[in-house]
Amino acid sequence: MEQVSDFFLQNREAIFIVILSIFLGIEVISHVPAILHTPLMSGANAIHGVVIIGAIIVMGHADTPGSMILGFLAVVLGTLNVVGGFVVTDRMLEMFKKKK
Amino acid sequence: MSGISQFPYGITILEITYIIASILFVLGLKMLSHPLTARRGNILAAFGMGFAIIATILFHKKDGESIGNIPLILTAIVIGTIIGWVIAKKVRMTSMPQLVSFFNGMGGAAAALISMMEFPHISPELIARTGMANGHVLAILLGLMIGTISWAGSMIAFGKLDGWIGDMRIKAMKYVNLTILAVLIGFIVFVMTRNVTASAELTPFIYIMFAIAVLYGVLFVMPIGGADMPVVISLLNSFTGVAAAMGGFLYKNQAMLTGGILVGSAGTILTILMCRAMNRSLINVIVGVFGGGGQTNEATGGAIKEITLSDAAVLLSYSKKVVIVPGYGLAVAQAQHICHELDKLLDEKGVEVKYAIHPVAGRMPGHMNVLLAEADVPYEQLIESDVINPDLPNTDVLIVIGANDVVNPAAEDDPSSPIYGMPIIKARDAKNIIVMKRGMGKGYAAIENMLFFNKKTRMLFGDAKNTLQNLVNEIKNL
Repeated sequence: MEQVSDFFLQNREAIFIVILSIFLGIEVISHVPAILHTPLMSGANAIHGVVIIGAIIVMGHADTPGSMILGFLAVVLGTLNVVGGFVVTDRMLEMFKKKK
Repeated sequence: MSGISQFPYGITILEITYIIASILFVLGLKMLSHPLTARRGNILAAFGMGFAIIATILFHKKDGESIGNIPLILTAIVIGTIIGWVIAKKVRMTSMPQLVSFFNGMGGAAAALISMMEFPHISPELIARTGMANGHVLAILLGLMIGTISWAGSMIAFGKLDGWIGDMRIKAMKYVNLTILAVLIGFIVFVMTRNVTASAELTPFIYIMFAIAVLYGVLFVMPIGGADMPVVISLLNSFTGVAAAMGGFLYKNQAMLTGGILVGSAGTILTILMCRAMNRSLINVIVGVFGGGGQTNEATGGAIKEITLSDAAVLLSYSKKVVIVPGYGLAVAQAQHICHELDKLLDEKGVEVKYAIHPVAGRMPGHMNVLLAEADVPYEQLIESDVINPDLPNTDVLIVIGANDVVNPAAEDDPSSPIYGMPIIKARDAKNIIVMKRGMGKGYAAIENMLFFNKKTRMLFGDAKNTLQNLVNEIKNL
């Protein structure tokens, strides 16, 4: 019980953010027309590439060869997620331009 | 670099950048859900990401220590950017779903790697104070588990969509999967209740957990039918979001937390919307009850009738209203451009042409819209199935191009059919139906389609692109 309350007090801001973000996520996309489902999924896919920040932090403090390799890999994969995600989404949306 | 990192307001700038990035993510996602602003929304979110990355490299400090290994980090980013860019630009439009799945997997893998590397470094003071049972450890373990499942699952989904992994349907599968999931959760409890002084002592367990999570990811996606892949990708997408958010917990990083959770919740809603479009529950999809089932009534009876190209050309040219129902076959054959040519040609002849778009036609919701948009078919011609259905009895000819399950009347007639209850395009209401198909194979859901035996239906066999090309030529020569 003590641990639970400790955890809660330690992380209350984070818990706050999590709860509000959940509502925000639901609210933001609940009126999306079906034609945008694919680009939206792809855009959201790019946004969770934010995990790259964690990869940079972990790599930035890596000191052993093993952790350097893993960290390097994590940054490469994270970048793939970010760059690939945004570029693919843009490519999809480019096609939605109004008819000339 | 040390000059910049010693800059006294570094941390402030970093935190402000994270707030800006979070705002840009939210705005980006919001704008992505409107056709007119979607593209700008995507670019906005990308800028947010760029700011967050640059600020992290410049100003992030962990226990007063700046980010090191900067040349290596930059090299990794350059490599990732080049590969990501090239793949994203080169891949054909039909392979989009695979691509999203692939990039999603990369994010999951990155999250898993972060957890693996952070685990041995959990501070001994924290462990001395609370033991292994604390939020920090939980975030690492969940990040590892969810990230790994997302990675392994996405790779399988990628393979399935690309056609080199088949479906594997074994009845006992769901029990096996539930057992593995229970084992994974048990593992987390096990690690968190160990009495150790340093987390590094438990590192081998982390690798075992990784292996089990890979197994779960693979087995989780294996039994799910190819037609359900969009739902799975969307679900795995939200998993990766949650895995990224675990990293946010770990580093008390607001950008990761908001970005991750936002995608986690938006992804879940999107998944549910997709399931609803197919009139199925998420559980139903995950357990993989779909396909193969239903009664494979061989006595479906009725003969199928073929139509010649010239008959089809005449029929179309002298119609008033034509509705085209595109499906994955159109995408595979890359026939969207020639299809648009057909509709322009008919339009010149005074025929009203519309496209009936089923929400789950193709391999991803909105897949058909993207493809037809690529071929410059204007929005206004793309009509959603609910809207066009009442109009179908007045339609002279309905052309089904490479679609199957979305026009299958079994969804309305046959309670034993696995797709029973799924909203469909009521193709059989049209006065004439032409079905373009490669052969008499069943659709993705592997169920018989009575529409093909309907007395109003005539078949035009062949590759969609060639058939459409021949049809266009035939109409021109009339």
